[in-house]
Amino acid sequence: MNKKKMLMSGNEAIARGAWEAGTTVGTGYPGTPSTEILENLCQYDGVNCEWSVNEKVAFEVGLGASYAGARSLVTMKHVGVNVAADVLFTSVYTGVNGGLVIVTADDPNLHSSQNEQDNRHYARAAKLPMLEPSDSQEAKDFTIKAFEISEKFDTPVFLRSVTRISHSMSLVKTGERTEHKALGFQRNFPKYVMIPLFARERHKVVEKRLIEIEKAIPSFGLNQSENMPESKAPVGIITAGMCYTYVKEVFPDMPILKLGMVFPLPEKELMEFCKMFEEIIVVEELEPFIEDYLKARGVKTRGKDVLPNTGEYSPEMLRQAFVEEKSQTTPIAEMPFKIPPRPPGLCPGCPHRTIYELLNKMELTVSGDIGCYSLGVLPPFSAMDTLVDMGASIPLAQGIEMAMGTESAKRTVAVIGDSTFAHSGVSGLINAAYNNRHTLMIVLDNGTTAMTGMQPNPLSGENIYHKKAWALDYRKLGEAAGLKSENIMIVDAYNNEEVESSVCELLERNELSLLVIKGPCIIDLRKKKKASKA
Amino acid sequence: MNEKITNVLMVGVGGQGTVLSSNIMSLAAMYDGFDVKKSEIHGMSQRGGSVFSHVRFGEKVYSAVIPMHESDVLLALEELETLRWLNYLKPDGKIICLKENILPYNVQEYPQGAAGFISENFANSYMVEPKELKAILKNTKVLNVALLGVLSNMLEISDESWKRAIMELTPKGTGELNIKAFETGKKLKFD
Repeated sequence: MNKKKMLMSGNEAIARGAWEAGTTVGTGYPGTPSTEILENLCQYDGVNCEWSVNEKVAFEVGLGASYAGARSLVTMKHVGVNVAADVLFTSVYTGVNGGLVIVTADDPNLHSSQNEQDNRHYARAAKLPMLEPSDSQEAKDFTIKAFEISEKFDTPVFLRSVTRISHSMSLVKTGERTEHKALGFQRNFPKYVMIPLFARERHKVVEKRLIEIEKAIPSFGLNQSENMPESKAPVGIITAGMCYTYVKEVFPDMPILKLGMVFPLPEKELMEFCKMFEEIIVVEELEPFIEDYLKARGVKTRGKDVLPNTGEYSPEMLRQAFVEEKSQTTPIAEMPFKIPPRPPGLCPGCPHRTIYELLNKMELTVSGDIGCYSLGVLPPFSAMDTLVDMGASIPLAQGIEMAMGTESAKRTVAVIGDSTFAHSGVSGLINAAYNNRHTLMIVLDNGTTAMTGMQPNPLSGENIYHKKAWALDYRKLGEAAGLKSENIMIVDAYNNEEVESSVCELLERNELSLLVIKGPCIIDLRKKKKASKA
Repeated sequence: MNEKITNVLMVGVGGQGTVLSSNIMSLAAMYDGFDVKKSEIHGMSQRGGSVFSHVRFGEKVYSAVIPMHESDVLLALEELETLRWLNYLKPDGKIICLKENILPYNVQEYPQGAAGFISENFANSYMVEPKELKAILKNTKVLNVALLGVLSNMLEISDESWKRAIMELTPKGTGELNIKAFETGKKLKFD
């Protein structure tokens, strides 16, 4: 009834699935390629959403909602799971009440990330099930299934997407919403209070639960085999997620076992499949997660012998790796010139340009952070010396000072964006004050989380619904942490002289200081102008 | 319908409307009853950088990514970007190239000769003069949709579906202008 076909991105489909599953709480922290999930979910009626301050908080808020009986969806990019890892591992011990689904959106090929970690390892390390869709329809269906598994087995469940799933579009049959009412929190000390006494027992529950889930895998209907031979055949392929579509593109008639659940792996099903073939090819991007599992069980496999652990796969990559004859190529005449690359760059008129021109001129050591302003590393600015993880800029500068002495703080600055500052820069600031460091911390405040597409954050005075929200007060925060009032300055990004004089002055003082450079993101400004006109 | 999958690679520079074009085409193909997949990348890599979008339609589409050397059409909104993505084109594939020159960051002078190279080496190339379109449409923001008009002559998607998708996806109040752009592109004559 009322099944409508729609063209949806993987992220839109995950949001739709969560909504159809009766989700009433959605939390997350923006991060490419996961951001659009919550941006879509918050547009549905009956769902209470928030951009949380970081992924750990998002997970904890989602877990609280689950304890109270709500179905909740928590979204983040792959590296966000690192931030949330603490709550992740122990939430598996407590289990849930309302279904709890965590989306990890991995980024093979680092389209917009600092590493390309494979978060399937998190599922195994933390011992929770993980589902992996191969298109938008599955993104929606698997999200619904993930909620069912979560409640049935009393566990958080991972849904793993990758950039090519999240940002690709395909057709989705939509359905109706099934309401799911939260009945409230019920006290249960041994389940929800993880003191050692209770946690020891819960660990046993986790181990038992995994065995039960593995036994139940066939009943989930997530795994499927295709083109199975009548008798033993030379080659069978095992794959999952986006890679399945590449396999189908290149080897449409080959026997395939497609896994929809990538953890726990179905030992019985896998072994039965492998018995049918002389050789097994495993096609999986990044880590040999499935292949190692099979190798440990004595299965003769191929995959990572010819395919890399790095980057994204593609149909032609599979063709080159496994098909003997060379694929047909277009003979292209010699180009008239070398095509210059077109790398991303700071937008013309971007408020961050002033400070980077200055930092470049002053030849300071710049401890950088994650956001649009990371582009300050590229010419013509070439003014960022480190970038590691969210919030690292401030503590990293303190480490340089600890190694090199107080005077070195005159030649070193930490540069961080507003959203990143709220995410995890604040703890670095408190640490600096507590330990009497002398860092100049520069916050580039453009009023939004620009890199991921303009999400409001705790400094922009707006929430996810673009309703007025409390904006963190830099001055009060700095003073409360222990900074001297005169060492906190807030300047206009477009006032070059003021920016320069404040940087020079604060460095000269050689005391812990906070310089906030304010200038609205020009893309955001343009968007808001357009919206107010309409 | 047969098993054939039609592949169109759309490329351009951030802000030119590449993604909107690909959304329109995908929706139009869906309206005509085809299976459709579309893939692109957004995020950091696109801050003023090169933008691409793969669109595939047919009876059943698996990979959202067009295999190398299998694109039926390369639709490019910029000259350098046309050259950058040539290796996705089929040997007899068609090129629609808007003769725009957008200087990449950190490049002092725009390399000369891209358009000439394309016309000389690719028999199936359709070079579109932006000036001509701008003069007719008196607007610079709908050239992407005008190129869809050129593209529509090469694909099995009905005009009705194209127009329905254009009306649905272009900003409110610009529908008629975009339909005009589409029709203008459709009627362009090539030597």
